[in-house]
Formats: sequence, structure tokens, C-alpha cells
Amino acid sequence: MSAALLIDILLWGSVFGVGLIAFRRGPPVFKASLREGSMDFINIVPRIALGVIGSGYIAAIIPQEVITGWLGPDSGWLGVATAVVAGAATPGGPVIGFSIGTVALKSGGGVPQVVAYVVAWALFAFQRVILWEIPFMPARFVWFRCAVSVPFPFVAAAIAMVIGKP
Amino acid sequence: MGIPSDRPRPLSVPSQKNPPPAEDAESEPRPGRVRKPIGWSTIIIAALVAVSAALVWRRDGTDGVLDILTHDLSLFSGILPRVLAGCLLGAFISEILPHEKVSRSLGPKSGLMGLLIGTAFGAILPGGPFTAYPVASALLAVGADFGATIAMVVSWTLIGYGRAVAWEIPIMGTDFTLWRIVISLPLPVLAGALGRFVYVRVYPKRDSDEDAA
Repeated sequence: MSAALLIDILLWGSVFGVGLIAFRRGPPVFKASLREGSMDFINIVPRIALGVIGSGYIAAIIPQEVITGWLGPDSGWLGVATAVVAGAATPGGPVIGFSIGTVALKSGGGVPQVVAYVVAWALFAFQRVILWEIPFMPARFVWFRCAVSVPFPFVAAAIAMVIGKP
Repeated sequence: MGIPSDRPRPLSVPSQKNPPPAEDAESEPRPGRVRKPIGWSTIIIAALVAVSAALVWRRDGTDGVLDILTHDLSLFSGILPRVLAGCLLGAFISEILPHEKVSRSLGPKSGLMGLLIGTAFGAILPGGPFTAYPVASALLAVGADFGATIAMVVSWTLIGYGRAVAWEIPIMGTDFTLWRIVISLPLPVLAGALGRFVYVRVYPKRDSDEDAA
């Protein structure tokens, strides 16, 4: 709860800060950006609604056990590849993603595989892409960003293999 | 008689004002932060949601569907104020950032420095996805290129402190989290560099059109 509160304070503090800078540039600048931000908000709400409400249903048909199963004690690059797919397919928010990572670590999953999982989850968890990235960013950018990011969970796993355990 | 519109109009004038985006990445109008409400992505997601909801209904009945709906509606109402904050942040930032300066320090020709600035910006950005994506979108709109914006988004998600402090450290432990962040440090710059490398090959630009834009 306190973390959420802190995030809100930082967030609205930043809004206030940049708003103040805009206001000092002159009330027309301030008003124009205020109007533009509000219009963005109004336009984005239906898509956020679809994403938030929809991802609940998508998450419900991909049970957590399926993901944990994929992260089994496989080792080597096949295990890394499986972990990357599992990271992208993990439904739900950070609690689920990191909990699955912890479970995999405790139940004998390799460290490079878990790193690949966490990095892949951070880079392309489908729920975040659908819910946040696509509504806010040009779709062309999102697909491009995802495609370009594909090698990096593997790079992270390779670095983990080289430098060893935490 | 003598009405000016009788004369043949030069056909090139309107098309110069609005070049088709697919043809040329450089003279393409700057992407707006929010596009039209219904696009292909939205349609695909809506179809995916409809199928999932139907599967949930078959498995758990109407109660199952309503349970998820109530839970997600409360989640949605909690998120809304933050979405507003993110939109305002994006709008103010795109208004106060000088476009020339942004395109110089984060544009296609900004080099390694641009990728490093994008990475640093993503790492220090407060808030969650409701801030990161509107701000990234604002950067794109004021002249940052795909490479620097990719560095920023990847940096936010991999080395940003927000999620690490709020979720990763409590759940996965400090040792793992710090170690994972150290491993991730080079990734945003590498992703941005790869992005630039691919971008100029996928969307080859025609320099001659730059003056027209």
C-alpha cells in the first residue's frame, strides 16, 4: 500500500512540476497541453477498459500451473527458450510474474533460465503489451520494439551463465 | 466568369502537405500520442477477449464471468486517476520539451549519447506503465527516434527502480534483484542500437524529401 501511495505522490508531483513549467511558459501553453492531455485520456479510456477487463478473461484461461510447468528443471538453451515463451505468456501483474520466478528458483530451475524468464516477462508480458503499450504507443512502434527485444532475454541468460550465480 | 476555381489546380500541392506515411519514414507526420480509437490492434484484442470470456463462461458459467468483471472493474476504477496523470505528464512534457533539442539529443543522428540519455531517462522515470508509455509516446512525437525510445522503454522495464522496489525485491529478494539489474544494464543500449540498425533497413529513408517536410 505504501509503495502505491509513494508512486502516486511521485507521479502527481511530476505532473505538478511539469505543469508548473508549462504554466510559466504562459497560460495558453498550459491550457493547450491540459486540453490535449485530457483528450488523450478520454480517447484512451475505452482501450484501457478493454485491456483491463479483457486481460482478466485471458488470464483466467491461462492457468498459472501451465506457466510453472514450462519453467521446470530444463536446463540449457532449450530451457532458456521455454522460459522466454513462458515469460511472454504469463498472465497477470508483477506479483504473479515474480512469484513464478521465485517458485522456479526454489524448485530447482536454473538461474539463467529464471533470469531469461524475468527479463522476457518484463519485455513482453502480453498483458502489459495489450493493456498499456498498444493503447498509448503507435502500434508500429510496439511491434517493432517487441521484435527488436527478442534476443535480449537470451543475452541476459548468456551473461548470467558467464558471471555466475548471485 | 472569372471565378478562380475554374483554373486547373496544381495537383501536387495537397499531396505534399500530407505524404503517405508508409512511403517515407523521414517526412512522415509526427506520430500523435493517441491515434484513432479503433485500430487493428484493438479489433484483435477485442476478439481475443471475446473468445476468452466465452471460454470462461463455458467453464465457470455466468458467475465466473461476473466475478472477473467485478474484480476488473474495481481494478479499472483504481487505475483511472493514474492514467489521467500519465496522459497529463505526456502532454506537458511534449509541450515544454523543445523539439529541436529533443531531435538533436534523441533523434536518429544522436548516436550512442542518445541511447544513453534514453536509458537514463527510462531508469529515473517515476510511476508505472501509466507514465512510461505516455511519456515514451510524447518523446516520439517531439522528435526522438525509435532507437532512443526503445532504449527508454526497455530501460524503464528492466532497470527502472519503480517495479524493482515495489515488487521484485519483496518477492524475489534483494540479491537476485540487484544481480538481475546488473545483468540488464547493457540491454537498453543494445536494444536501442539494434532498433536503429533494423529501422534504417526496414524503413529506408529518402533524404531528398526532408526539405519538403
